[in-house]
Amino acid sequence: MTSASISTLPRPPAQRATAEPALVRWLLTAVAIGFLALFLFLPLAAVFGQALERGLGAYVAALRDHDAWAAIRLTLITAAIVVPLNLVFGLAMAWAVAKFEFRGKSVLITLIDLPFAVSPVVSGLIYVLLFGLQGWFGPWLKAHDIQIIFAVPGIVLATLFVTCPLVARELIPLMQAQGTEEEEAAVVLGARGWQTFFRVTLPNIKWGLLYGVILCNARAMGEFGAVSVVSGHIRGLTNTMTLHVEILYNEYNFVGAFAVASLLTLLALLTLGAKSLVEWQTRRRPAESGSAAPDAAAMGPLTPVPLQPVSEKTRNEH
Amino acid sequence: MSIEARNVTKAFGAFTALRDVSLEVRTGELVALLGPSGSGKTTLLRIIAGLEVPDRGSILFHGEDATDRRVQDRRVGFVFQHYALFRHMSVFENVAFGLRVMPRRARPTRGEIRARVRRLLSLVQLDWLADRYPSQLSGGQRQRVALARALAVEPKVLLLDEPFGALDAKVRQELRRWLRRLHGEINVTGVLVTHDQEEALEVADRVVVMNAGRIEQVGTPEEVFHHPATEFVMNFLGHVNVFHGRVEGDKAFFGALELEYPNGASTGSLAVRGFVRPHDLEIDLQPGETTLVEGQIAHVNAAGPQVKVELATVMGETIHVEITQERYRALGLTCGQRAFVRPREIKVFLGGPPA
Repeated sequence: MTSASISTLPRPPAQRATAEPALVRWLLTAVAIGFLALFLFLPLAAVFGQALERGLGAYVAALRDHDAWAAIRLTLITAAIVVPLNLVFGLAMAWAVAKFEFRGKSVLITLIDLPFAVSPVVSGLIYVLLFGLQGWFGPWLKAHDIQIIFAVPGIVLATLFVTCPLVARELIPLMQAQGTEEEEAAVVLGARGWQTFFRVTLPNIKWGLLYGVILCNARAMGEFGAVSVVSGHIRGLTNTMTLHVEILYNEYNFVGAFAVASLLTLLALLTLGAKSLVEWQTRRRPAESGSAAPDAAAMGPLTPVPLQPVSEKTRNEH
Repeated sequence: MSIEARNVTKAFGAFTALRDVSLEVRTGELVALLGPSGSGKTTLLRIIAGLEVPDRGSILFHGEDATDRRVQDRRVGFVFQHYALFRHMSVFENVAFGLRVMPRRARPTRGEIRARVRRLLSLVQLDWLADRYPSQLSGGQRQRVALARALAVEPKVLLLDEPFGALDAKVRQELRRWLRRLHGEINVTGVLVTHDQEEALEVADRVVVMNAGRIEQVGTPEEVFHHPATEFVMNFLGHVNVFHGRVEGDKAFFGALELEYPNGASTGSLAVRGFVRPHDLEIDLQPGETTLVEGQIAHVNAAGPQVKVELATVMGETIHVEITQERYRALGLTCGQRAFVRPREIKVFLGGPPA
């Protein structure tokens, strides 16, 4: 009787040994979702809610405001200058660090991280100190009628400084994992420097590079601290979108402030979408990741760029 | 095209990879650079290719100084240890690469490129894989693609860096024979780097044995195997048993065994070491005139064309002997049995026990 009943007992589910009781599982999941809703989705919804509080008409009107439009234009111009420059700089930097051995390499790698380590406000102040009216080059610049601080060049310089590690940081681990053998193979086969770069190096890193550019663009458009110091907040002239949001908010123009903020939020969502697409592409084509460390390319984009630990890690590595 | 290295020296920081190395490779020859890791063989190969610059010395192609010639202009085919295939290109594009990057004047037309790549892929028996990517190939297939890619530019010199290192034993055997045949078919001077003595002896016309940045011996596989110039060569080319003895006049003594040593030292007694390969030793059940040492059978491995026997001497040394299956059956050896070892040939090098 007993033996028969035991043999007909349903087998417990296979994952029983590794799973927690249902109550614990549900509780933990609920906490996680609640947390996400409270700190991520709610603010996101609030931005759009506030922006559209007085209807679509007011929203569009706020964006078509002369000063708002000028701020949008300035942000786009800044990004259009900064991103290509950082693309070239990041590529050159990663190429040098990953493919060559030279004296002072570890110092250089530490220096790349300087913009991350230092507060953006300080980066802005450095430029005021250098190019401001009372700064080192101030008198000379004034004599030649060149304005950098409280003008577009200052904003571009500050943004450039803050965003310059992004592309390089993304590419260095990827290029290090890939090594130099393929380039050597190309050169032995008769390829010149540019041919090697465009036919071998670039195709191997294109997804990593694109990812770095997306991050760089997002940061360039969203930068506040450094730009705030050098901008001078001249409406319609030196206000970027982030600065414009602050001014409108301080003037209790909530619809205006959140309308511009919603554009920045849309940019963030767009960035996330593009980022997922790139990650999906890198995973789909494992052939392009480093053969020495197959996970390198997939891992690179997934890891957010940490601030302090990066420089510590590189110091230990070199 | 002949290759010559003259007094080449190369250091990486404090490590000297090559010390004053000179070597000549004749046109159409296939030479193996053989040595343990760190012996400088790969560095020499890379210097010939132009991927490294020698600190001193020069490289000559066909009698002309090519030391300062750029890698791109040397027209050598190089097969990398890990193949270094372009991972984002198909097999076809990998092979076509060398042709596509040629200057416009010299570049073949699209049709010619297609035909030549097809021909090369059928030469390496991979025409059916033209559209695959390197990650979809097996190790042996990648190796052959790398070879086809190197041959596409019709190099006069083919350099191979541990070409079969990452492959399993069976594939390695096949590719070795295949490379030997291929080298006979296409007129190219070849240099092959390997740490596998069997591979070097089987594939190459001549073997260059290297150690610690120097060349120990250059010779045909037969010469280096049967007439090793140094202890290192003797040691590196297969198993050896070492016996300590001394030389007095024209006689050499190993224990009770006395041997003729015609080119011996004239005066005094010198410590020497005798090297005997396992297949140059014979086992007897009774002591004889030429018995070198006595021991106890410790282990017998009869799987293979030769029977491998291990003997333990009273001194606690292990002696490796290889005898034929017939001899093994005739002797009826069992573990623990006492036996006597007799050398057929003994190589004597001056010098005492290693420091």
